[in-house]
Amino acid sequence: MEQGRRRFLRSSGGLIGALVAAGFIGIDEVRAEAWNAAAFESKDLDQLIRNLGGSGAKATDAIEIVAPDIAENGAVVPIGVASKVEATEAIAIVVERNPNPLAALFTIPPGTLPALQTRVKMAETCNVVVLIKAAGEFQYAAKEIKVTIGGCGG
Amino acid sequence: MANPMKIRARMIGDIVEVKVLMSHPMETGLRKNEAGEAIPAHFIQTVLATHAERTVLAAQWGQAVSANPFLSFMFKGGQKGDVIRISWTDNKGDSRSDETTIA
Repeated sequence: MEQGRRRFLRSSGGLIGALVAAGFIGIDEVRAEAWNAAAFESKDLDQLIRNLGGSGAKATDAIEIVAPDIAENGAVVPIGVASKVEATEAIAIVVERNPNPLAALFTIPPGTLPALQTRVKMAETCNVVVLIKAAGEFQYAAKEIKVTIGGCGG
Repeated sequence: MANPMKIRARMIGDIVEVKVLMSHPMETGLRKNEAGEAIPAHFIQTVLATHAERTVLAAQWGQAVSANPFLSFMFKGGQKGDVIRISWTDNKGDSRSDETTIA
């Protein structure tokens, strides 16, 4: 019995699965998004926007990118993003010259501030583009970050 | 299963600030080992943060998020003592879920 229960817990994704099974949490509230493989395989910004369901994006200065001008270690580049665009519903962090430019895609539900921080890898000096979606429209801002040691080497 | 996440959540006025440090190699699949063989890709693909049965942040990640990922975000509607739960799944089907209370 105990063995079977453990196996079930593991196969159902740990505690979240157990809570869902027990009816404590509705399945809709805790479902992670499916991974958008096409978006992550996009090779440039235009292709990425198309794969996210858009047709184009306009540049804006209402997106703040907080990041160093020079990153000494491309493996760990801190990126802070804050969007002042009303009703920002999604934020994407794109490293233009990485093998796969899309680094991270965030969905911002109502009540969550369109401001977050993370750390990304950069293969070489290039623009980091922050693409946001608000009211169905895509907008972006870019900041060049110089990398002295790439993040994808040995 | 991977090591536990470190999660901190605190009130700043009426906003909850959440900081998460995950333990994960985040292998790109592009690196080679000493024998010249490719190291298989191994990275977190989806992250979900929930508060009171509500999603407060959903994320999809690629290989370019740094090893041992750091994430910080803010949301409204939380109170001191509430539980915040963070979960991730990676491309090998491994997953991890941890929680903390808002301080």
